[in-house]
Amino acid sequence: MAIDWAHFTLGQSLAGGMLIGLAAVMLILLNGQIAGISGIVGNLFSSRQGAWRWAFVVGLLLSPYLYRFFSPLPTVQFDKSWAVYLIAGFMVGLGSRLGSGCTSGHGVCGLSRLSKRSLVATLVFMGTGFATVYIARHLIGGE
Amino acid sequence: MPFFTAALAGVILGIGLLLSGMANPDKVLGFLDLAGNFDSSLAIVMAGAIAVGVVGFAIAKRQTNSLLKLPMQLPSATVIDRRLLIGSAVFGMGWGLAGVCPGPGLVTLAMGVSKATAFVVAMLGGMLLFHFMQKRRHLK
Repeated sequence: MAIDWAHFTLGQSLAGGMLIGLAAVMLILLNGQIAGISGIVGNLFSSRQGAWRWAFVVGLLLSPYLYRFFSPLPTVQFDKSWAVYLIAGFMVGLGSRLGSGCTSGHGVCGLSRLSKRSLVATLVFMGTGFATVYIARHLIGGE
Repeated sequence: MPFFTAALAGVILGIGLLLSGMANPDKVLGFLDLAGNFDSSLAIVMAGAIAVGVVGFAIAKRQTNSLLKLPMQLPSATVIDRRLLIGSAVFGMGWGLAGVCPGPGLVTLAMGVSKATAFVVAMLGGMLLFHFMQKRRHLK
């Protein structure tokens, strides 16, 4: 393992992380709801009293446009093939709903409320995430 | 008012994802690459988010209603079952394949990244499959 200091962005990552935490805290303290994206998106159509979910998703979709007022948008690199995004998207959608949460629901909200269940979920998806990158990059990709 | 605060939370979360680097799949994959050039920034993102979150959720746990007088809907499930483990494992594999999770998927879709659109459409497909799986289980 080599630490990649060239791409290490301490200040921005810390500030961005704190904003993510702030959003989660706002949603729980004001709306009484968990800021878990997979749960919010998955329940957009199925749930009663779910209009706040649409508002949240609209806010999320507007965020890059508001970001642009203050600073140029960061570059986002999507280097994989179309097939990879389709397969990965399907797995992320199914897996996060089956496991009742994703990075935001379990990783941020769950760990913040000290849930053992979310800790287990986070360790599992981080574990399989690390393993998948290892296999894709070092075993198959030959990097 | 609940719509406005939910939308504002969505905006702030999206800006947080963009600023932190979480919206860039290349950076996320760099974080998940323990054996290669490990970019530890995303551990800082999690630490920052949880540092703020711990305080907010500690307050939330002591309330029955939110500040907008809505019921405090904290998850009550505590069982660690096969569904949680398998689902999280599958989610992590998808995350590791593309470097995209649901929030960043939506934000980059809004930025007009065409591959992000493919990711989100497939993600909705996966969620729909879950919906039908659950429905069938209820019928049985």
